[in-house]
Amino acid sequence: MATIDFQGKQIEVDEDGYLVNLDDWVKDVGIQMAKGDGMELTDAHWEVINFLREYYAKYQIAPMIKILVKEIAKVMGPEKGNTKYLYELFPDGPAKQACRYAGLPKPTGCV
Amino acid sequence: MAKFTAKPKDLIQIDFKNPKTGWMDTPVEIREHMFCHPAKAKELETVGFPNIHEWRPQDENWNLPEGWKETVLNGIKERLQKYRSFHVFMDICVRCGACADKCHFYLGTGDPKNMPVLRAELLRSIYRKYFTASGKILGKTAGARELTEDVLKEIWYYYYQCTECRRCSVFCPYGIDQAEITMIGRELTNLLGLQLGWIGGPVANCYMKGNHLGLEPHTIKSNIEMMLDDIETITGIRINPTFNRKGAEILFVTPSGDLFAMPGIYTAMGYLMLFHELGLDYTWSTYASEGGNFGFFSSNEMAKRLNSKIYAEAKRLGVKWVLGGECGHMWRVLHQYMDTWNGPADFLEVPKSPITGTVFDNAKSAKMTHISEFTADLIKHGKLKLDKSRNDHLKVTFHDSCNTARGMGMFEEPRYIIKNVCNHFYEMPENTIREKTFCCGSGTGLNASENMELRMRGGLPRANAVKYVHEQHGVNMLANVCAIDRATLSASMDYWVPGVGVAGISELVGNALVMEGEKERTADLRGETLPGKEGAE
Repeated sequence: MATIDFQGKQIEVDEDGYLVNLDDWVKDVGIQMAKGDGMELTDAHWEVINFLREYYAKYQIAPMIKILVKEIAKVMGPEKGNTKYLYELFPDGPAKQACRYAGLPKPTGCV
Repeated sequence: MAKFTAKPKDLIQIDFKNPKTGWMDTPVEIREHMFCHPAKAKELETVGFPNIHEWRPQDENWNLPEGWKETVLNGIKERLQKYRSFHVFMDICVRCGACADKCHFYLGTGDPKNMPVLRAELLRSIYRKYFTASGKILGKTAGARELTEDVLKEIWYYYYQCTECRRCSVFCPYGIDQAEITMIGRELTNLLGLQLGWIGGPVANCYMKGNHLGLEPHTIKSNIEMMLDDIETITGIRINPTFNRKGAEILFVTPSGDLFAMPGIYTAMGYLMLFHELGLDYTWSTYASEGGNFGFFSSNEMAKRLNSKIYAEAKRLGVKWVLGGECGHMWRVLHQYMDTWNGPADFLEVPKSPITGTVFDNAKSAKMTHISEFTADLIKHGKLKLDKSRNDHLKVTFHDSCNTARGMGMFEEPRYIIKNVCNHFYEMPENTIREKTFCCGSGTGLNASENMELRMRGGLPRANAVKYVHEQHGVNMLANVCAIDRATLSASMDYWVPGVGVAGISELVGNALVMEGEKERTADLRGETLPGKEGAE
């Protein structure tokens, strides 16, 4: 199993860099993962990441993209409630990249 | 793993030259972007798959369990006894080569081991060596070879480069069903704990939570609520579907992708609108919440276990029959396996449309009818008010899913529906549709992201046919009746034919459906403004 070094501790991740144990997540893990991709997480990123984590706690799955878009529109304003904005924040896709920083697993199946 | 960055212009350079050495002497090269990650241990534990261990396809050492060779050979022996089809298919191929260039993976990779005949030969050679007199005595001369670790790796690599689409079988003069050979090959890899994550994950989810995505009951409800909000915005009508309702006439089962993924959710909105407009006495189930069956991509036994919940839930709720949504492999399972696995469902009635009175005799035994059969029948009897012009922004072509086409012979109903809800419909070339349809390139649990090169290569023949109608007629929408298609064709269109979208047929029905009491529609189900309605709000 692959691991990442986090503050001197080895944390298990899968082949795509997603956390294996969700409990290993703290804010700094997300920051470190983003740094590895050459990204600095801003408040706008955290708005998305925090929502993903709250949603996951309630539903045990990441939200579908439309729910995420609606939530962002509610919080950040309608001009930001679109997938284009989310892709600007997370170029690899909000479902993939943001979930990884949020410490959530990626969904599988007919998706 | 490095990111997949190859551009279409590079990927289209396909080398069809065969290697200098014979196939047995050409070792397998396991290349990244062509295979999927292994399943996680806890997923395999959930369903009790054997020989769970740490391994990676790209590593030299796969940490195979002790006695793995005996496990495989005993596995073959058991299956030869159990499945007459498998035994026959191991014996009868005359290597005529009719299948060779019919496989989308061969056409997209140029790798001769993706010729169906050779894919089967990978396993046949083992069969000959250990189970036939000629192979035992003559060895290589008789097309037999030892089962070694490299041979096992080769079987694994190429049996997860087959989507069990069965296009090759259409052309085989003997009717050899390569899908059944691949299924057995995959079962054998499963005995050794060599399952894919993209299959193991959905299987474990489905076993524990009823669907591949692992949607909890309240998640399903919440996702559908969101769709209902959107439907209300578009039509002004609030729909109130029921969940797990005992005594409903019909149980509706669809792939969970329709409740989560884009553009599948628009298909689901179409279902909701249609059923509301009909006043259909039906219910959703949060238990039988998956029509698809990724167990079918791992083993016969696993598929049977996952499938059992459909009849169980139909019985618990006391419905009369089951209506099924738009999914591909789901229908191969329902149409050809469910009844013998988990039937007879003699507590159900033969499906009968409560609106038209049509009895679906073709589902006499399985008691489950396809949404396209149901909808086409409604249209035929003039029960739906349809405004085709609401799909005028779309120039549509239809992709037959491998399984609804070759697995159940459903060719006309989807086309009949499209022609009644859209003004612009164009067929792709004749040898790429109906029973000769090309696979999306990513079925049977191969729709992961780490094998994107394989997916794009396998998706090329289908995309090429779409490109043709895109260029000839300006086609901009690829309609289909499968949740895997909706996910995978979106990716392959973006790659090969940008500008072509993907939609389930029920979405197109939802667009055209004139509902009682609706407001004037200014947007389609995706919320995009209809032509001529700009500034109407």
